[in-house]
This record gives sequence, C-alpha cells and structure tokens, in this order.
Amino acid sequence: MSSPEQWTHPEPASAPAATAAKPTAEQVIAGLRATDQGDVNLVQLLTPEGERVQHPDFDIDITAEELRGLYRDMVLIRRVDREANALQRKGQLGIWVPLLGQEAAQIGAGRAMRPDDMAFPSYREHGIAWTRGIHPTDLLGIFRGTDMGSWDPVEHKFHPYTIVIGNQVLNATGYAMGQKFDGKVGDADGEATMCFFGDGATSQGDVHEGFVWAAVYDAPLVFFCQNNQWAISEPTERQSRLPLYQRARGYGFPGIRVDGNDVLATLAVTRWALEECRQGNGPILIEAFTYRMDAHTTSDDPSRYRLSDELELWKLKDPIERVKVHLVKQQWADSAFFESIEQESEALAVELREFCVNMPDPPPERIFANVYAEGNPVLEAQRDEFLAYVEGFAGGEH
Amino acid sequence: MAAPTMNRAGSDSGDSAVQTLTISKALNMGLRAAMEANPKVLMMGEDIGKLGGVFRITDGLQKDFGEQRVLDTPLAESGIIGTAVGLAIRGYRPVCEIQFDGFIFPGFDQIVSQVAKLHYRTQGKNKLPMVIRVPFGGGIGAVEHHSESPESYFAHTAGLKVVSCSNPTDAYWMIQQAIDCDDPVLFFEPKRRYYEKAPVDTTKAPGPLFESRVLRTASNSASAGTSTSAGQAATLVGYGPMIRVCLDAANAAAEDGTELEVIDLRTLSPLDLGPVYDSVRRTGRLVVVSEAPSESSITSEIAAKVQQECFYSLQAPVLRVTGFDTPYPPSKLEEEFLPDLDRVLHAVDRSLAW
Ligand SMILES: Cc1ncc(C[n+]2csc(CCOP(=O)(O)OP(=O)(O)O)c2C)c(N)n1
Ligand SMILES: [Mg+2]
Repeated sequence: MSSPEQWTHPEPASAPAATAAKPTAEQVIAGLRATDQGDVNLVQLLTPEGERVQHPDFDIDITAEELRGLYRDMVLIRRVDREANALQRKGQLGIWVPLLGQEAAQIGAGRAMRPDDMAFPSYREHGIAWTRGIHPTDLLGIFRGTDMGSWDPVEHKFHPYTIVIGNQVLNATGYAMGQKFDGKVGDADGEATMCFFGDGATSQGDVHEGFVWAAVYDAPLVFFCQNNQWAISEPTERQSRLPLYQRARGYGFPGIRVDGNDVLATLAVTRWALEECRQGNGPILIEAFTYRMDAHTTSDDPSRYRLSDELELWKLKDPIERVKVHLVKQQWADSAFFESIEQESEALAVELREFCVNMPDPPPERIFANVYAEGNPVLEAQRDEFLAYVEGFAGGEH
Repeated sequence: MAAPTMNRAGSDSGDSAVQTLTISKALNMGLRAAMEANPKVLMMGEDIGKLGGVFRITDGLQKDFGEQRVLDTPLAESGIIGTAVGLAIRGYRPVCEIQFDGFIFPGFDQIVSQVAKLHYRTQGKNKLPMVIRVPFGGGIGAVEHHSESPESYFAHTAGLKVVSCSNPTDAYWMIQQAIDCDDPVLFFEPKRRYYEKAPVDTTKAPGPLFESRVLRTASNSASAGTSTSAGQAATLVGYGPMIRVCLDAANAAAEDGTELEVIDLRTLSPLDLGPVYDSVRRTGRLVVVSEAPSESSITSEIAAKVQQECFYSLQAPVLRVTGFDTPYPPSKLEEEFLPDLDRVLHAVDRSLAW
C-alpha cells in the first residue's frame, strides 16, 4: 500500500480549481457537476454494472460469504430506512432522515471498523449504527420524540447522533487525541476513530478546526465525508470550488475520493485509512462520492430545487443492485439466498413497526433527569413543584 | 433611523390595503417591501434561495431579486453573520436567516464580539444596520435544537436590539422597521404560529418598533364595565408564541369573572415596560410568560424591574410561567415543558390567592 506521504501530494487531475467554471444547467441535470469534473481519482472496485475492476493502490480480497454479508447489511438497512419513512408518513414518527442511496458508503465504512474503534455520527448514519450493533429500533425514539437516542454510546463506541452541523468533528478529534495520548496508537493493534459528516458540513468552522487539530496532534482519525451532492437545497459547489477530498492537502494529510456507491471500494479505502491511523499516520480524509436519493428529511420537498433527471441518473449507480449483479455473475448467491434476505428484511420491518407503535411516552420527570451529573438543588425544587402540580391534575383538584 | 419608509405601502394599490395573511406570508411580504424600497437590502442564509427557506419566508425573493440580493450561503452561521458585518460596513443592509434557533450558536461569537460592539468600538463610525432573523420556540414536534428560545443571551448583550412579533400585522411591519433600524436587530419569529392568520393593513404601521403594546385591558375585555378591584384582576405579559396562550387564558379567566390585562412586549431589548407598570398599578398582580428557561432571563429582568417600580402597588409577588431550566426535552414532553393555558391560569390563581 502506498505511503501517506504520497497521498499528501496528489496532483489535481484537471485545471486549477480556482479557474474552474461554474457547472452548466445541463451538467447539473446530468449529475456531472464541478466537483466531479474530469476527476480520475475516484477509487472504484465494482462498477455500477457489477463488474470487478482493479485499482493500482487499493484492492480487496473478498470471499463469497463476506460479499453476501455486505449485501445483507445493505438490504436490511434500506428496508429499515423505507419502513421508518413510511412510519413517519403514518404519523408514527415526527420526522425521518432517509439514508436511501448511501447504504454502500455507510456499510463499507462501518464494516471496516473494529469493535475498539470509536465512531462519531451525524444524523443520517443509520447504516453505521447498524454496523456498531445498534438495533434499528433504538434509532426510533429520536424521531418519535421519546428520547435523544437510546443506545449506550460507551458500550457501542457509537456517539449520539449530532444534529448541529459540524459539532461532532471536533469532539471526534479530541477523542482520537485521547487514543493517542493513551498509547493506543503505533501498531496494527492500535485504535482509531471515525467521524462522519456531510458535504455541507465542510463549510463549518468546527470541521476546519477539526482538520487543523487532528493534523497538529497526528490524531488517529478518519474524517469520512459523505458527499451526497446536496445540503438540503444547496448543491456541493455552493460549499467548495475544489473537490472536497483535495482540501485535505491544504491541512497536510491525505485525502481520497472513493465511489461511495461501491461497498467494496469504500470498505477497502476505509480499512486502509484506519490501518494508517492505527500505525500513527493519521489523520486521513475520505470523501465518499454518493447521492441522497430521497428528500433531505420527510419535511423536505426536493422538487423545489432539483430535477428528477438527476435522480434517474443516480438510480443507475444504485449501491445494492451492483452487488446483486456481481453475486449472481460469480454464482456466489442463488435465488434461495436472495429470497431469504427478502424474508429477513420483511421480518425486520414488521418488528420495527410493532416496536414503534407501542413505544410508551416518557414520564414528565424525564424532563429534569440527568441535566447534571452532581444534581442541582434549584432544578430539583423546580421539578418537585412541577410534579406536584401535575399530581394535582391527576387527583382532579385543579 | 435610515430613510423613513414606515408608512410606505406594502405593494402599490390601495384597494388591497387590508389583507388576511399568515405570519409567514406577512414576513415574506414585509421582506419584499423592504427589498423594493432599498436596493442595499440583502438576504443571506442557508436554503433561502430556490427553496425559499425551510419555512418559505423568503419564497420567491431570489427569483425576483436575483442571486446577488438573495444569497444561498455556504453552511456556516459564523460565516453568515461575519460576512454580513462586512457587507453592512460596506453600506449594505443584510438580513440574515438562521434556519432554526438552535443553530445560531456557531454565529454567537460574531454576534457578541463584532455585531454588538462595532458601533461602540468605532465610536459610531461604523453602523451595523443588520437584522438576524431567528425562527424560535417549540411546539412543533421537532428533534433536538429546533425548538429553543435563546433570546435572553442576546438581550443580555449590550449593543444588540431584540424584538419578537406575535401576529401578522407586527410581522409585516416590524420586519421592515427592523431593517430600517441602524442598530443590529435580533428578530425572533414564533415558528409555531407561522400559519396563524389575521387581517393586515399594509398602508400604515401601527406604531414604532421598540414599544410594547397593550392587547387587552380590564375595561375592554369580555366582561367590560365590571370593576377591576383587587383580587379580581391581574396582568399577563408575554411575547412571540406565548401571546396566543396569554389571550386564551384571558378569555378563559373572563368567563370566571377574572379580568386579565394582556401586554405583548414586542421589544425584548430595550424593554418598554411603561405600559406594564401602568397595568400593574391597576391590577396589583403580574404573571410573566415565556417559553425560555427562567434563570437569569428576560422574565427575571421584568420581575426585578416591576418590583422596583411598582413595589407599593403589588398585591402578590411577580410570578413567572416559563420553560424549565433544562435542555429542551424530547418532543413527546414538550406539552409539559411549554407554558400552556392551565399553567398560566394556575399562576393567576396563585397570584389572586396570595
Ligand atoms: C449548525 C447548523 N446549521 C444548520 C442546520 C440545518 N441543517 C440540517 S441538515 C443541513 C444540511 C446538511 O448538509 P450535509 O452536511 O451535506 O449533510 P446531509 O444532510 O446531506 O447528510 C442543514 C443546513 C443544522 N442542523 N446545524
Ligand atoms: Mg449532503
């Protein structure tokens, strides 16, 4: 595998970015926008047609069983996503943030991690959550309004979802600095941290500061940017003239763009990046080039700002379909396998639905719980007064 | 004040002078009128162009005024506020949209360090005629950071003016007056009331920006003509989304023979408490209502000032009905968290029984 030094100096593939012209309307329609212009550095191992291709720096030995596992992960998490979306439509969730289209980016990245690694997600990382052993039912409370995430972030090494764009990038950087200070970095058994954020997030000061800190402290941190082409209604070129992965160079660490709809390439590149971090050669930026196939959230209406042609184009690059085609071509899976995954995903959807509609509302005292580690007498008095007031209603005194 | 545009027509024709508008549409029309009146007025924010903002408050403005006047900015609030400062110094009048209350904090440094202080630091040589629009408050069943009431941080900061509208007429006029103001104005919009409707007269502003308004006095309330003898009356003060709750409480109390005067603060900094003092001198009792946590807040400030100015008129301590001193809870608990009719009436009862 190439040394990180080599990756610190990638030549921009095309004309200097500062002179890059704005994309034309036709380019936008075709999904071929400025960030994708003439860039030959996209790492791909499995084409949209399901063809295995070679890359000079990255390859992956994958068994039939492993690839079937990745396929299963992606199908199940997509089913979870569609079911949760439907539950929102039925009024069972207040909102849902779809991951549709980003399954390969998330499963590839998530499956590259080890149990001892730490992950800091933003709010769309349902696929990463899945790979950290979090049951999809544990995601529902956030969107139903019963909690703010019910998994144990320490046990799963999966931080709570962060909604304020960019905040978690600095938190992840600090965590990774701690891994280094604790002597957990320096050999193949080392620990690393992964931080997830979007293309829009790359404009936030917190993200830039995270780049600076991680570089200065050689933090074992993989910055994993899912460039899904949109930050709500704003296309990626609103945020950058330069392909996002090339930003890393300015901060002094490697930046790589991977086909985020290719689970094999994402897995290979992320494994490499984590390995570099374990050895002490972090940080590294990975830009997973992918597409948000659904609305930003269930509250959003993409028809106001993007053309459906773009979606149609990206459908041809579907992350799951290409794996299926490859499995069939290689005769690594038969119809019985696909049928069993279908059944499993259906059962998971039923489980999700039943769990969701039966979720109890939290009790009023939850408002006041855990604001402080050591308590606060002023707040406790406020709580007691309020609970007595609520009690008064229950007793019909009011 | 800049060029006085207070009485300009919202659009052109006199016949459409009174229209029934939602708060959201009134804001949209107010912004449009301000942009028409002054070519230096700019809109800046995330998703405010084609999308028209997540609440559609800037709907259609980019289409009609172009990308140079309605800027879909990169995703960075410090960037939005910080560059607006530079534009303001250069002679523009930027109107920044913060997508949700909880996302103002990346811009907090620019607001308190530059926006608030530049006029002072330059001894008046730099004016900062900018507006920061913030949809605020809860009640919409949202996830974290989308339901907060951060106004007290800004009212606590010298150099900033802070206002909040509660109805379509104020939405239409206050936003234009805020844009006309040569001081930076934080403009808090009651997001859960965006779709409430009322008739709006677009020919004449009902009054200046930095004044509170009496919405209901004991004498013109439902049971008009009855006396407001002590024990039967109280004053309710609120702003933004809580005005609806205060008015509902006043209606409910009137049915039980209790007269509640209701005052819409409108301006949170500077506070305009004259009408509050007058009312408290009549009723002897005050309940202050706000969704924001109560500790060290605008409601604390009002309580302190009223007890100082109306000490001998008060028949009961000033009571407050507010959000709790906790983070905003998961939305299934927001009904408990937010002041509602029952909690306001409960406080009124306590005050009357003191
Ligand atoms: C500080 C902050 N500002 C604004 C928002 C509102 N907001 C939520 S998601 C989003 C776009 C994020 O785009 P991107 O980083 O590309 O992530 P994606 O949603 O595409 O996964 C915005 C502006 C926010 N959550 N936090
Ligand atoms: Mg995005």
